[in-house]
Parts: sequence; structure tokens; C-alpha cells
Amino acid sequence: MEDQWQLIAGDGHDQRLPATDIIVPFAWWREQPAVLEEHPGKVAVYLNPDDEVALLAPLLADFPMIALNFPQFKDGRVYSQARMLRERYHYKGELRAVGEVLRDQLFYMQRCGFDAFQISADKDSRGAISGLDDFSLAYQAAADDSLPVYRAGRLL
Amino acid sequence: MYRYDEYDQQIVDERVAQFRDQTRRFLAGELSEDEFRPLRLMNGLYLQRHAPMLRVAIPYGLLSAGQLRMLAEVADKYDKGYAHFSTRQNIQYNWPRLESVPDLLADLATVQMHAIQTSGNCIRNVTSDHFAGIAADEIEDPRPYCEIIRQWSTLHPEFSYLPRKFKIAVSGAENDRAAVQVHDIGLYLVRDDGGAVGFKVIVGGGLGRTPYIGTCIRPFLEKQHLLSYLEAILRIYNRFGRRDNIYKARLKILLNAMGAERFAEQVEAEWQCIRDSALRLEPAAIERMRSHFTMPDYAADAAADRTCDQAIAESKDFSNWYQRNVKPHKVSGYRAVYLSLKHPAIAPGDATSEQMRMIADLAEQYSLGEIRVTHDQNLLLAHVRQADLYPLWQVLKQQGLATANIGLLTDMICCPGLDYCSLANAGSIPIAKQINQRFDDLDYLHDIGEIQIKMSGCMNACGHHHVGHIGILGVNKKGEEFYQLTLGGSANQQASLGERLGPAIAREKVAETIADILQVYVEQREAEEPFLATYQRIGMAPFKARVYAAGAGTAREAAIR
Repeated sequence: MEDQWQLIAGDGHDQRLPATDIIVPFAWWREQPAVLEEHPGKVAVYLNPDDEVALLAPLLADFPMIALNFPQFKDGRVYSQARMLRERYHYKGELRAVGEVLRDQLFYMQRCGFDAFQISADKDSRGAISGLDDFSLAYQAAADDSLPVYRAGRLL
Repeated sequence: MYRYDEYDQQIVDERVAQFRDQTRRFLAGELSEDEFRPLRLMNGLYLQRHAPMLRVAIPYGLLSAGQLRMLAEVADKYDKGYAHFSTRQNIQYNWPRLESVPDLLADLATVQMHAIQTSGNCIRNVTSDHFAGIAADEIEDPRPYCEIIRQWSTLHPEFSYLPRKFKIAVSGAENDRAAVQVHDIGLYLVRDDGGAVGFKVIVGGGLGRTPYIGTCIRPFLEKQHLLSYLEAILRIYNRFGRRDNIYKARLKILLNAMGAERFAEQVEAEWQCIRDSALRLEPAAIERMRSHFTMPDYAADAAADRTCDQAIAESKDFSNWYQRNVKPHKVSGYRAVYLSLKHPAIAPGDATSEQMRMIADLAEQYSLGEIRVTHDQNLLLAHVRQADLYPLWQVLKQQGLATANIGLLTDMICCPGLDYCSLANAGSIPIAKQINQRFDDLDYLHDIGEIQIKMSGCMNACGHHHVGHIGILGVNKKGEEFYQLTLGGSANQQASLGERLGPAIAREKVAETIADILQVYVEQREAEEPFLATYQRIGMAPFKARVYAAGAGTAREAAIR
């Protein structure tokens, strides 16, 4: 589905920002928030996998949405970032997966707390969304469910 | 043993359906090779030299007779009628076609088996002591904890794209038979000063190019914290493990770079945040899992039998086999019986479908319908009445499964090597054959006694060569195969890495070089001293001197300098 948010790649420097709502790198936002204050649209941030989630924690209320970037779909650090945002820092707003976001990882992403997915542009996003339903239950607790099957009267 | 309930079955069935669709999309060109690779690896499927290789999980090495029959059927239906038991208690097929793998997995699911996480950069099949539940030196049965770990780690949403593969082993005994200290996480069940049982946690062990014995970061962890502590370790590893170089991506490298103390502090800090979460194991939950692994009903009169002693007295063959392949059981009148998969004419760890079916029948007849896979690539019938030993031996003999060599020189660990594996630099099965031909005198092997030869066809070390009493590593120099020998490795509770003997040995000289090494041992050993103890006492020098002596019998001139 189309939406109004536009992702600003790279470090943001010397870029002409589109007049839409934008998602900028967290590091850039920290560096020069003044530029962004004048921006006509809404401003959200995204973290790269090596960004420290704890730095964002005190600022969660400042953003209309937070995105986490998968530079490669195989970069598993992002899953830990997502769970920490949800479970440790109790972030309740929209958590969006951006970057290389593919069908076969969506189920895990959802379990780790993502609730919005910007599917890679060259993929069929409608088909991809069915990846969310690959499994109808799970063994372990995660951001989506602290009462997995085996805690609900089975194992734990 | 553990039996699936409806949830376990549903998860495995849904994974089959998911993989079927992933395979379909790959074959239809909707998934690129790069996108499909981690998905198929996480389901145990390699695409390599001759055909795909599929690794099927045997959780902590435990199989029912029905499961083993299905493994035989799979070997016939999708492969060439045989399969290979691996050093991590799994089984590998070397010839299934990619298109048929979803059907193969669906067949396995009917007997509660799967290939989930047998490869890939995720938490692999948890391994354990093949004497679990029957060993006299056991503090507590490790299998309930293995199953708890299996369930927690299966399709873990956060830890399925780790920097590299991740292996966990659990032992509940004083003697380590599971190579615990060469795993990413090794767990020993131990008793604290007050008598409570918990876990000693060892991390950062591993073989491969950069071998490490693990480091203890927590001498005692209460059972209820098992999963939260594992999750803390995994999260630190997932966040900070290197992803820029696959050879530096294992936990052992992170541990070494950070220092064990700092790593332990980070784990501790992470653990404090999650220790009282949903991961806490309540005592009732542990008891419930333990109820899946209760002691079977053993016959009270089993020890009254006299036929076994009689057969030992009457048959030297039987007596030899009994001495080597039959081990004590904590219940009087019962024994554990090794089925040697190290017949001289067979690649170590291989079994035919006919053998598997026969073993399944024997397990039902003699061992409560259960079979165990050992990490040194043999099988074990764990509950045999002593009165049944003689008739069992007679059948095993016919099947080529009674080679009386358990723990001896020819009970080698061996990876598939160049013959099957695309990673290998050199053959390992032909070297096993060469060693078998050179050492075909069983009396000599008995005289040499306990010795472990472990062999890998490349530095990835699937054959655990670093921890062999004699380790053999295949290397390729300018298109020729050479073999690097190490001495003094061990994977038991006093784990150690072998030291290099010297320059690599030419292919055709490997067995002769081992003969030289054994000659030094025979000359220098004291009383009943096993090889490893002699090596530890006298050191490398005498072995080195003999093997590389100028003009010695074997052609050292062929060795590369």
C-alpha cells in the first residue's frame, strides 16, 4: 500500500528534502535537528542495525513513527532492536520495517514487534503479506505474545 | 522419550507447508538464489557437488524404532538406500532432489521428525550424552532440558539470522560424553554446595579454523533461569557478533575480542532485564517435561541371568565384543550396547536402509523400542537385558554391526570429505579405509586400547580433528592432498586442543605415520596407561622425532616443508 512517508537514505546531508512526511536516519536527526524543525511535513527516524536503541529510548514520544532498517534481509540485529524497543522501552507507536523487507521474514518481524512493513519495491507486496500467516502458533514468548502455547497451561 | 502433542505437530506441519511454498517460489524464479539460500539451509538443505545434501534432526540423538524405519524408507524412496550419521547426532542424505525435498519432509513429519535448523546461521539441534538417563555417573538426566531448549530455540523470531551457526550441548554426568566444551554454549548439570542442581554455563567453545575450548561464565545457574540466561547470551551475540567476515563470526571470536569477563558482564546486565519475564521456568513446568523421560519398567529379575557369563566364557568372539561394545547400565542386569558403524569396509557413520530396519526391529525386541545416536557416529541400544546379549550379538554380527572396536583405533570420527562435500580440500573416507587396512589385527587394536582418531577433510573441522587424541586434517597443496596430524586433543571434561605434530604427511603415508606414533606409545607407556595419558606425560618430542627422523621407514621426504 502507498503511504505518504518517504525514506531519506544516506546521511541526509546536502539533500533536498521532499515536502512530504519523511523518515530520516537517527544519527542525522541527532546531529542537526534544526534543519528538520523547519520541515513542512512530519519527521520520523530510522535506525540502522549498528545504532544503539538505548539512545532512542528517552525520545520515543517525539516521533510519530519509528522505522528500523534492514540493509540486508539477513541482518538479524534488527530483530533484537525491535524487541528491545517494544519490550524494554515499551514503545507503543508504529514500528516499521524498511530496507530489504521480504515475505519470508515477515512472520519473525511481526513476532519481534513490527506492525508496518515496507516491502522491497521489486516484490509483490500483496503476496508478501501472506508471509505473516506462515505459522499459526509459536513456542516462545516474544514482543507479540508473552503467553505462547506452551506457557498457556502446557509447559510453563 | 518425548512425544509430540498437537502443537508440536502443527508447528512441524506448518514448516513443511512453508518450505514447500518457498521451494516452489524458488523453482518459479520468484525467489533468488541469495534469498532462498538461508531459507533452505535453515531447513538442513545444502546444494553441492553431486546433489543436494539434506540433514535431518535427531534431537539429542534419541530415536524411536518407528522413526528409524521412516529414516530407512526415506533412504530408499529419495536416496540411494543408505544414510550417514553425523557428529552432531543427526542423519544426512546425500542424493535427494530439491523438487522432492518437500515430500520427504512431509513423510518425516508423520513420525514427528524434521530438518528444522540443522544448518544455517541459527540455533542448531541441541546435542547431549548418549548415556542420558542410564549412566551411573549422572547427576541428573539432561534430556528434559534439551527438549525445553529445543522448543525455545525452534523458529525463534529473534535468533534465526545470527552472525553464524550456534550450537548448544547439555551433559548431566560427571564424565563428558557430549563434547560440551567445544560448543557455543555448553551446559553441565552440577550440584552446588547446598545440594541443589543447576547449570554450569560454558561459552565460546568451537572447532573450525580457530578452535577454542569454552570458558565458564557462570559456575551455577538455577534451573528456573535456564531460558532467560540463554536468551541473554544469544542477544549479546546477535547484537555484537561480527557479521563482516564469516570466519570471525562465531561466538568464540566475540568472546575472545571482548574478553570473557566483559562478555559475562554484558550477559549479566542483559539477563537482569529479562530474568523475571515469561522465560522463567516454573518448577511444575520442569517436572512436566521430566515426566516425558521417566525410567522405563525394567525387569526386576534381569540380574539373575547366568547365560551371559556362560557365553563370555565359551566364545572369544562374543567376549571381545562384550568387552568393547557393551557398557554398564545403572540398573542391575541391564547393559547398553553399541552398534558399531565403523565396519572396516564401510564409510564411518554410514548405515544402509536394510541395517536401519533390522536395528529398528532389534530395538523393539531388546531395547524398549529406542535407539540413540552417539556423537562419535555409532548407535546405541540403551536398555538391553544381559540375558539378551548373546542372541542380539548373533544378529548384529550378520548385519556387520558387531565390529568389536568401540573406543579403539578404528572407531574413527570422520567427515564425508571430498567424496561428498563441496567444502572439503581432501578425502577423509579413503584415509579411514587406509587406516582400516593397515590396522586389521584386532588383537593389536585391543593392545593399543582406548584411542580416538578424528578426521576432517578441511579446516571447518566437522570431523572434530582438533579434539582427537590423534587428529587428522586434510589439506590441499597445489592440487595434492596432504594430511596435517595433531596429537593430544580431547573433548571430555578435561578438554584440550591437539598440537601439531609437524609438516603435513603425504596421502599414502598416513597409516604408516600412525603406526610410528603408536610404536612410540607402546615403547613408552607405563602399565595400563592409555595413549592420551602417555602423550600428556612424555610430550610431543618423542613422537616428532620418530615420525620425522631422517631415513625412517616411512617416506617423510614426501612430506611438505
